Amino acid sequence: MEKEQFYYDNKIVKMFLSATILWGIVGMLVGLTVALLFVFPGLLEFAGSDNAISWLSFGRLRPLHTNAVIFAFVGNGIFTGVYYSTQRLLKTRMFNDNLSRINFWGWQLIIVAAAITLPLGFTSTKEYAELEWPIDIAVVLVWVVFGINLIGTILKRRQRHIYVAIWFYIATLVTIAVLYIFNNLELPVTAFKSYSVYAGVQDAMVQWWYGHNAVAFFLTTPILGLMYYFVPKVANRPVYSYRLSIVHFWSLIFIYIWAGPHHLLYTALPGWAQNLGTVFSVMLIFPSWGGMINGLLTLRGAWDKVREDPVLKFFVVAITGYGMATFEGPMLSFKNVNAIGHYTDWIIGHVHIGALAWNGFLIAGMIYWLATKLWKTELYSQKLANVHFWIGTLGILFYAIPLYVAGFTQALMWKEFNPDGTLVYGNFLETVTKIIPMYAMRAVGGTLYLTGFILLAYNIIKTAKAGSAVEDELAEAAPLKKISGKRIAGEAWHTWLERRTVLFSILTTVAILIGGMVEIVPLILVKSNVPTIASVKPYTPLELEGRDIYMREGCNNCHSQMIRPFRSEVARYGEYSKAGEFVYDHPFLWGSRRTGPDLHRIGGKYNDNWHFNHMMDPRSTSPGSIMPRYTWIIKNDLNASDIEAKMKGLVTLGVPYSDKEIANAKQSIVEQANTIETNLRQDPEFVKNFGDSNIQNKEIVALIAYLQRLGTDIKVDSNTATAIK
Amino acid sequence: MLKFIRHNFDGMDGVEIYPIISLVLFFIVFVTMFIIVMNISKKRIDEVSHLPLEDDTKNKEDNHE
Repeated sequence: MEKEQFYYDNKIVKMFLSATILWGIVGMLVGLTVALLFVFPGLLEFAGSDNAISWLSFGRLRPLHTNAVIFAFVGNGIFTGVYYSTQRLLKTRMFNDNLSRINFWGWQLIIVAAAITLPLGFTSTKEYAELEWPIDIAVVLVWVVFGINLIGTILKRRQRHIYVAIWFYIATLVTIAVLYIFNNLELPVTAFKSYSVYAGVQDAMVQWWYGHNAVAFFLTTPILGLMYYFVPKVANRPVYSYRLSIVHFWSLIFIYIWAGPHHLLYTALPGWAQNLGTVFSVMLIFPSWGGMINGLLTLRGAWDKVREDPVLKFFVVAITGYGMATFEGPMLSFKNVNAIGHYTDWIIGHVHIGALAWNGFLIAGMIYWLATKLWKTELYSQKLANVHFWIGTLGILFYAIPLYVAGFTQALMWKEFNPDGTLVYGNFLETVTKIIPMYAMRAVGGTLYLTGFILLAYNIIKTAKAGSAVEDELAEAAPLKKISGKRIAGEAWHTWLERRTVLFSILTTVAILIGGMVEIVPLILVKSNVPTIASVKPYTPLELEGRDIYMREGCNNCHSQMIRPFRSEVARYGEYSKAGEFVYDHPFLWGSRRTGPDLHRIGGKYNDNWHFNHMMDPRSTSPGSIMPRYTWIIKNDLNASDIEAKMKGLVTLGVPYSDKEIANAKQSIVEQANTIETNLRQDPEFVKNFGDSNIQNKEIVALIAYLQRLGTDIKVDSNTATAIK
Repeated sequence: MLKFIRHNFDGMDGVEIYPIISLVLFFIVFVTMFIIVMNISKKRIDEVSHLPLEDDTKNKEDNHE
């Protein structure tokens, strides 16, 4: 058949490539900054220590770092590779140039919106889904545009069979859409504030179903797709086993979706859901390693090339990193290992093996290779790329190893008992100050990695300047002949499926829905999964405002609210957390890392003055603490003008506020605030320094009200129980 | 390892069959998958796995492989 001529769109690839480099540097810089805050808590107090800057505090910058790296750096990296490889694998230009541009500019606008709103404290607090509802809607719209563009391209292809890389792109497209929408179901109460429709345990379950699968379907499957295209391409030999890739694909996407609950082991999540998560997480090692082996063995007989070509070096370390992270994942999903690793820096080290090695290095290798193709020239400096490779690798090691040490050290200190049954390190702070040197080393690792990446930026700019960009690359291929949609004689079933793209996408969707449904539907529909506790009551209006401040400041980034049923935790924090205590928590605030102590039973543990002084200067009450100062909470007036809207919203979601309570909300706030102010006045120091500052109108009283309420609903119960005895 | 899981079923009667069912289901699925995958001809596999290596661009500059 006669060949048709057409042009590949290289310009869009170039745009995404540039964005990847730019956001990579930004995301890593923010990461380095927050890493330094562990060592120098006062680093960003540019306006003096009494005047801390709210939008530069750790709780607000940490989500900025994670979102920037995941969605801005890796996201743009994925689009770069997808837009390049899809066109070539399907032998056609992208479906529609305008959609490509909308995908690009829409995504960048979302990133900018995130970079502005997160530091301003607009957050839903759900990890990697922090963006507030207007931006969520924008994300969905842009994702739909990407979807139409991808599916449209597949439908107008000139290559009958869709290659394995494209399957992974389809799985990414479908699953991220499902996950993102269901996890972000929230009720807007104001222009930039919403409450999750789920509460407590259910919210936690949906969040980690999302959180885990964001790792799976945003940071893994698309990257695997890139691996299946770029590794064979650069090594110039076919993938090790195409058959293995079929098994790899289906088993990976089916099993991955079940594994979310391993983020909630030993929490108040029902035991059956935890165990389901564990079982599937352990199984996950097989498809993951199948993929890793398939990637590495593609280089069989080509290892001499690895010695010379920096691109392949990056790929080898990337795939090895994937193997390490996917070995560690199942191990951490064993309950007894998780009991040590959870809430510690081990997890942070674990994810950075994935982020720095698997994602970062695969994208770096891809960028170096693409630059030579897009600008039609040799790489400006192979030597510099090699330097990048080595300091990057060193950076990964310097990042991860200290955090493994820190994680184990801290976990063991948390659990160490004296012979008389008391905790050896009863003061949580001791376990933090012990690992500060590890944090310093981690910052060194991060600096090395970032330096390497800046070398990449320099190298690519130089390459681009030396070369000449071909924005529309001429290509030719024969158009597809119409053939029967049914299987033709001798055609294997999967071979047939590989040309039936719509059916393929539907089967993919079915595969990923099964696990999610089995875990989430019973949890939401079967009431006995979350036993209610009669003494648990909704928050008062002032406490609700305080909780919103807690969320705005991202306190959940460092403090958990989930005491696991271990002797060491009950001794340290108090009675372990029950599922029924969280039924009014929209969203849940269990946290995932204890940089500071758990706060679930903080209520009543200290007096109001302690909290006041602690927020003013954490070092005054807890010498050596690395918590930021929250001076603005003491200075800012509490804005409770939306309290009725918030309460009404929560009523819609099932929180039993009466009409009278809503009508009296403002009055109730004044009364509770005055009580706290009276309490604060018992300290002469407070009267001397803040006696005239109308503290009852400030945000701090709301926060204190919330903190003093935490975990007390069932404490009251046990007190009465003791009294009766 | 099973001690973590077994207690979930302590209070239930007649559930012994479910682990067997899941084992059989998984076994069938993976065996079927194996058969399907092995059914694809060697020639076909060679063809599709070479897809990324095909180069159909017509640019003269693009010859520094």
